[in-house]
Amino acid sequence: MTGEEFEPKILGFFCNWCSYAGADLAGVSRLKYPANLRIVRVMCSGRVEPTMVLKAFACGADGVLVAGCHPGDCHYQQGNYKTLRRVPLLERTLAQFGIHPARFRLAWISANEGQKLVQVVTEMVDEIKKLGPFPGTRSRFPELGAAAPGPAERPAAAPVPGERGAAAPAATVAAGGEAHD
Amino acid sequence: MARIGVYVCHCGTNIAATVDVAAVRDFAAALPGVVVARDYQYMCSDPGQDLIRKDIAEMGLDRVVVASCSPRMHEPTFRRALESAGLNGYLLEMANIREHVSWVTTDVPAATRKAKALVAGAVRRVALHQPLEERYADVTPQALVVGGGIAGIEAALKIADGGFRVHLVEKEPSIGGQMAKLDKTFPTLDCSACILTPKMVAVAQHPNIVLHTYSEVERVDGFVGNFRVTIRHKARSVDMQKCTGCGTCWSKCPYTAPNEFDEGLGKRKLIYIPFPQAVPNKPVIDRERCVKFQSGKCGACQKLCPTGAIDFNQQDELVEENFGAIIVATGYSLFDPGRGPWGYGRYPNVLTALQFERMVNASGPTGGHVQLQDGSTPRAVAILHCIGSRDTNYHEYCSNVCCMYSLKLAHLVKEKTGAEVYNFYIDIRAFGKAYEEFYNRVQNEGVYFIRGKGAEVGSRDGRLVVRCEDTLLGKYREIPVDMVILSPAMEPRPDAARISQVFGIQRSADGFFLEAHAKLEPLKTATDGVFIAGACQGPKDIPYSVAQGAGAAAEVLRLLSAGRVTISPVVAQVADEICSGCRACLPICPYHALTYDEGVKVVLVNEALCKGCGTCVAACPSGALSVSHFRTPQVLAQIEEVLAV
Repeated sequence: MTGEEFEPKILGFFCNWCSYAGADLAGVSRLKYPANLRIVRVMCSGRVEPTMVLKAFACGADGVLVAGCHPGDCHYQQGNYKTLRRVPLLERTLAQFGIHPARFRLAWISANEGQKLVQVVTEMVDEIKKLGPFPGTRSRFPELGAAAPGPAERPAAAPVPGERGAAAPAATVAAGGEAHD
Repeated sequence: MARIGVYVCHCGTNIAATVDVAAVRDFAAALPGVVVARDYQYMCSDPGQDLIRKDIAEMGLDRVVVASCSPRMHEPTFRRALESAGLNGYLLEMANIREHVSWVTTDVPAATRKAKALVAGAVRRVALHQPLEERYADVTPQALVVGGGIAGIEAALKIADGGFRVHLVEKEPSIGGQMAKLDKTFPTLDCSACILTPKMVAVAQHPNIVLHTYSEVERVDGFVGNFRVTIRHKARSVDMQKCTGCGTCWSKCPYTAPNEFDEGLGKRKLIYIPFPQAVPNKPVIDRERCVKFQSGKCGACQKLCPTGAIDFNQQDELVEENFGAIIVATGYSLFDPGRGPWGYGRYPNVLTALQFERMVNASGPTGGHVQLQDGSTPRAVAILHCIGSRDTNYHEYCSNVCCMYSLKLAHLVKEKTGAEVYNFYIDIRAFGKAYEEFYNRVQNEGVYFIRGKGAEVGSRDGRLVVRCEDTLLGKYREIPVDMVILSPAMEPRPDAARISQVFGIQRSADGFFLEAHAKLEPLKTATDGVFIAGACQGPKDIPYSVAQGAGAAAEVLRLLSAGRVTISPVVAQVADEICSGCRACLPICPYHALTYDEGVKVVLVNEALCKGCGTCVAACPSGALSVSHFRTPQVLAQIEEVLAV
């Protein structure tokens, strides 16, 4: 890192009914959280395609947060259950891309949980600051373009969810690999 | 190339104090497709909207981005502005730079950068927007009110008087709710039953009201204007058509059980009406306890019933009805003080406020006599405020009504017994009309007020002792009394979680139902066409509950008399040349809006059923499904630009 502190970009996919409203409530209540989160509104967390998450990483996100209604509270009855079932598959895919598990998170944030949003964003920002910039970003590797994520952060064959900072950079990691280790 | 106008709002200083609005404007002006970028004090004001209209007319804008507050706030406002200038309302995109930026950030450069990112995303996205037409659906001219307490009764009567049919569902055998248990009401000391029972009778007699007592809503399908609701009529074991309510059965039933209506103080029979003024005035058999159901013996009620109305084989019955709108007014429960150190359940002369209401009521278990367990009259009575409320061990919130009902009970004790009365309080919150005056009156009647929460109730020499820290004296005190009345908090009903899921209502952190907007939409919920009223939303007194019931009725009448509702044009579509007919999407849709056409071997969308969540789109392996206004290219473009800054 050069002089300036690394400020990660976190892209949030927020469902309109609970989590987007929760983020609005955080604002109305004047709660403060790091300015690193950029929210894209979807009607339901179930709308979030894996492609969208990968696209975010490809376009320079250092982290992605999918937020929806709590299980049982979905505005569309069961959309968030579909999200819940898709996410483990997506996490495995992300691991195969060499993306550190701390960079992706699914959170249930209801319309009155402004405080929870603050907590989730703060934790994510802290964790990702420790990891450093996502190495495969367009901003760091303009020549890669949007479609091709950069080299792996960790060996693809050994995803260990929940592990923090234990991922040794793979031999293929370029100069911009994991900063924490 | 799109011709986009970008409007950055200052919102007074709400945005402009944290976001460099001019910098965002200049940044936007340089984005591809942007023809004009302006900033303005209040975009939602008439002159602000005029800016947009004028630019559409004069500069030929075909897309608009407004960077201001949440779209949940003003998207309808700006859509209307576009439409009044002849542009389709869906050619608008909002960048939420207030709730999501200026209000949650203190760092000006970071906030400005984030605002630019959101604006960039909105500009890229809006270029891909397509005009969409809103659709309309007819409204079933019939309403459902769930909960037969005072809020639900008021709502049902108002809607019925307005000329629409109402179904009122109550899970207990009679309507009336908690208010029916009260003796007097503060601050006027009106007899509760005297003002409630005429309304209960009006419900029973109203030609527009269909009453479902001893019933629960099992399932709700559909959406605003057209809900399909399944109601379970629990088996009463009494044929409502044949029963005349003569009372032979409950006078002859040889067995008794604790009376729930008297809060367990008195006894009732196993075939019973909850209270003398019950509506309907027809009994129900307590199957859990009835000897006939438990051992097959007895059957006295059946033998003696003059009309042959007793039916031991009656089954639960499921009824389906269609409704245009729903009001949920399911009320509250009382906090169980047995959880705390106040001797409840341990000492027989420690009562809850509701138990005392029953005791002091002329039709209650003691015929209105205030008495101790041994039948004697108490000489000193303590009333403990804030039991379970304003207490981080239990509920943090103030339960709102306890101060006032405690004052009322103090008055009643004084009036009926002349006993010494001690109120243990933290603060007295006499917030309503004529409430403070009532507080003064009770003080003048000689009731003692000790500023300190009743911390513990113990016993000494056969009397009860209330221990507290008197915060005005700065001293620890022990006050001996004969009777303790606890004023427990109102809390969400134990089935609030189930009800919230059945009706699609969100709940706030305290477990009460959540309104759509804390200030401006107190009766709406996140589900269109489902309204809330009364204490299911939070602790309330009777006038407030009545006002909410009437208000919710106005919301329902508005929907029913309009006769049609607008339906969002955000729905799924299938590109049938791409659809492979794999049917992976079919089980995903909770609304059964997707069907497989065996003839052409593709999936079809029923737009009338589709709610536009887009969950099926994310599941389609071939990319044949899409959802309007949230098309994959639109979202991907937004992602790209939001991250580019």
